[in-house]
Formats: sequence, structure tokens, C-alpha cells
Amino acid sequence: MLDLKTLKFGDELLKRGFAKMTKGGVIMDVTTAEQAKIAENSGAVAVMALERVPADIRKEGGVARMADPLKIKEILDSVSIPVMAKVRIGHLSEAYVLESLGVDMLDESEVLTPADPFYHINKKLYKVPVVCGARTFPEAVRRIFEGAAMIRTKGEAGTGNIVEAMRHIRAVEDGIYILRDLTNDELYKVAENISKTYISLRDLTSGELLGNENKLSYDNVYYDMDYKTINDNIFRVLREIKRMRRLPLVNFAAGGVATPSDAALMMKMGMDGVFVGSGIFKSKNPEKMARAVVEATENYEDYKSIADVSSGLEGMEGLEMENIEKLQDRGN
Amino acid sequence: MNIGILNIQGDVSEHYYFIKKLGKKYGVSPLLVKNNNDLNNVSGLIIPGGESTVIYNILVKNNMYDNIINLNKNGLYVMGTCAGAIILSEDTSDIRVKGMGLIDIKIKRNAYGRQINSFIENIYIKHIGDFSAVFIRAPEIEEYKNSELLSEYNNKPVFVRNKNVLALTFHPELTGDPSIHEYFIKNILENEAGNNRAKQ
Repeated sequence: MLDLKTLKFGDELLKRGFAKMTKGGVIMDVTTAEQAKIAENSGAVAVMALERVPADIRKEGGVARMADPLKIKEILDSVSIPVMAKVRIGHLSEAYVLESLGVDMLDESEVLTPADPFYHINKKLYKVPVVCGARTFPEAVRRIFEGAAMIRTKGEAGTGNIVEAMRHIRAVEDGIYILRDLTNDELYKVAENISKTYISLRDLTSGELLGNENKLSYDNVYYDMDYKTINDNIFRVLREIKRMRRLPLVNFAAGGVATPSDAALMMKMGMDGVFVGSGIFKSKNPEKMARAVVEATENYEDYKSIADVSSGLEGMEGLEMENIEKLQDRGN
Repeated sequence: MNIGILNIQGDVSEHYYFIKKLGKKYGVSPLLVKNNNDLNNVSGLIIPGGESTVIYNILVKNNMYDNIINLNKNGLYVMGTCAGAIILSEDTSDIRVKGMGLIDIKIKRNAYGRQINSFIENIYIKHIGDFSAVFIRAPEIEEYKNSELLSEYNNKPVFVRNKNVLALTFHPELTGDPSIHEYFIKNILENEAGNNRAKQ
């Protein structure tokens, strides 16, 4: 028998395993228990609890934090499907608070205002699995190294514009493709390039104190890990990606999915499922939109049925990328 | 001979690769089952883990729900893991998911708590042996009547069998251990061999 209980990756297996149960499904943003119930009845595979949907955060501005624990408790009590919740990038304490509430997965999300300008949470410290967004391949690798149990595109939340999610899918795909023919030495070089981002803080601080030529060595760069340890671990992630020819965990699309056809496009591009934020509850008839997006995700190549479910749906208004603040640029 | 994997939602591909890996040894192939047409071409069906509410609703909508019940009565072997076991059960105590009643178990959804209460436990399975079982937001089999008990944990059944129906509350597809899938295939093959002898 393969004894998994005593293996070090047991926790990792449970976290990534949880994410696998959402494959082929739609995870919907909700702000109240009432919305959560609508999402569950319409076929959501999980709900994402947050204070305001991205379109409103964009419109109203201000600091976006994790949702009120009272709201989260109400949502937890109202549905039987998993409940996820957004946490600010690098906000260790919000993450522990959400874990203590019994939330099933956290989303360390650029949609909320970042708490730490340098680093993401060390997700290995938590028992609750965490999903993170990524624009590029190196970004996805860093999040996996930090212990993310699931990856999603960042896209551009609250815009109803799918173009950025497409950009991020293509960027990550290309990274995976490039790894295919690399030797181990070349792969290690890539690992070093990806790790460099972590030393930005150390460069800033020690360079200012000691001068750029006498900078401190890169020990304790990220959560007590030195530069070499980070490189080695990132190298291991890269080898796993190279062997599997895909990210070694569940990979969803997010940020700008506004119509059933958008969801179908994401599935056609090889995504494991979709997050829909403002697209549902900013549309004219949320329940109808939710059902239609679920249908299009399940049967993403049944174009006749997608045409049927899309008929007469009035989706949210869309935004062009120029002249808006790009939430995706938050986090490194 | 085809073993179907219900391809609606959940960890479908993990089951697919297990059956594919065992294919050569037993002469079986995996087939992703999306509709009633596909169901006509399989000798066994695996209903994977995922969200039981989502899988249930789509089964009903695609008219596959009653069809699976009928096919099972006519000999189709079915294995349900986690959410799959909920779908196969007699009583789910939850109006959101109606069990098919293919196995005489009463089952409770998310019985162990939320995701932070998910766990891995080594169990002993009759006919199979020791197994590292991964329980993720698992349901609990509260009662069973005439089914055969294959394994229990904490005095509660986690794996039961009723002739051509297997129901287990954990995730054999998340481990590297194919012995449960192997057991499922062997059951189907032995049954087919028996049918052939009867015909002669």
C-alpha cells in the first residue's frame, strides 16, 4: 500500500484534491447569503464571498478588504456547496481569520487592496487551500512555490472584458511550451530568473544602508528561506510542470467573464473551469445568467445550446482597457 | 470493453488515467460519458467526486438520471466515489440532491465538516487490503441494510457494495494506488465471464 498519511505532501494532496472537485464548474462571486442561494440553485460549484463585486469596487473606490465575518457566516450557513473568500494580498491575519471561520478556500486576490507591497502569503502555513491569480508563467510558478493549491488567470476583474484573461492564458501556456526542450541546467537558470523577484525588498533595504556594492547576501529572503532554497524549490516546480506539460494543479479562468460565450471560450482554451465575478449579479437577470454560464461551461462546444441560453440575456456593461486602473498589476 | 467515466463535473481526468493505465492488463478502455448515447457503449460507469448538487442537476436535465437507473437494473456496473456515492444512495436527507436508490444506504453530505476537516486515513478494505483513503468534505454513510460492508472508519461504513453497485465516500483516484479501480474492473469481467458461460 502507498501510505499517504505519513508522506510530507499529505496536506498538499488534500488542498490540491479539494480544488480538483471544482473542475468543470463555475465559481460565482456573492456578497450576501441571498445571492449565495441563487448561485447554488443555478448550479454554481462553489461561491466566492467578498465585500463588493469588482465592478462596484472599481466604481466606488476606497480600500477593499475581506468581507465582514458576519456576512461570511451567513453565507456559510446558507449553502451546502463550498464557500471561498477573498483575502488581501499578503494579509496574513485576514487569512487566519477566514480560516478560523471555516471558509473552504481562500483567494489571495488583486481585486482587494493589497496589504503587503512586496510579498504574497506563505500559503504553506495554512491548512485551508488558497487560490492565486497569475498574469504570466513566472508569476504562476511563484504562487505554486508559495503553496497555492489552485491557479487562476487574473484577467481584468469588473470590466466584463475577456481580453486580459485571454492574454494571461496565452502567456502561461507559452511558458509551459518553452520549458519542453530545456536541459536541467537551462531549467535552473529559468528558476533563478523567476526567484529574482523575491529579492526586491532586500535590495531596496540593504542597498540603502550599506551601498549597492556592499549589499547583504540573500539569506532570509522570503519567510526564512535563503535565495538558494528558493531557487531549488522553484526548480522542482518547473520540473513538475515540464513533466506534466501543464500546471500541476487546477487552473481556472477569471477576470472579465461576462457572457456564456466567454465561459465557453475559456473552456475551449483548456481551462479547468471559470470564476465569474460581476458578470452574474451585475446582469439584468442574475439567476438566468448564472444558469446560462453553467450550461455553457459544461457543454462548451454545444454552440446551439449556448445560443439558446444566451438569447435575451442582458449582460453587464463592459469597459475598455485604456483609461482604467489595472487591478492585475497588483502583486509580483 | 469500455469503462465509462461520467464527464459532467469533478475530478474526471484522474479516473480516466487510472482506467487507461489498467487498460492493457485487462483489455478495457476508458470512455468519457457525456450523454445517453455514450452510456450505451459502456460496461461499467464511474461517477466521480465533485459537487453532488451540480452533477445531480445536469444528470436530470440531460435525461441521464433515469437511464442510469434502468441500465443498472439491466446489469450495468456502477461505482460512485464521494459525490458519486451520494448520487447512488437511497436517502440523502437533502432535497437538493435526490439519490438514485441503487444501493440501500442513507448518506449525509459534508458529514465531517468543512475543507479544513478533510483528512487522509489508512483503512482496510475487504477483498482489496490496506488502502490510504483521502476524504475531502466527505459524506458519511449513516445506515446500510443488505449491502456488503467492505470497509469502515470510526465504526462508520466508508465502502459498501450491493451486487453491481459500489459506493465509497473517499477518493481512490487521488492516490497512486489503482487497486480499487482494479477491483471494479475484475468484478465486471467476472460477471461477463459468468454470463458467457450461462449462454453456452
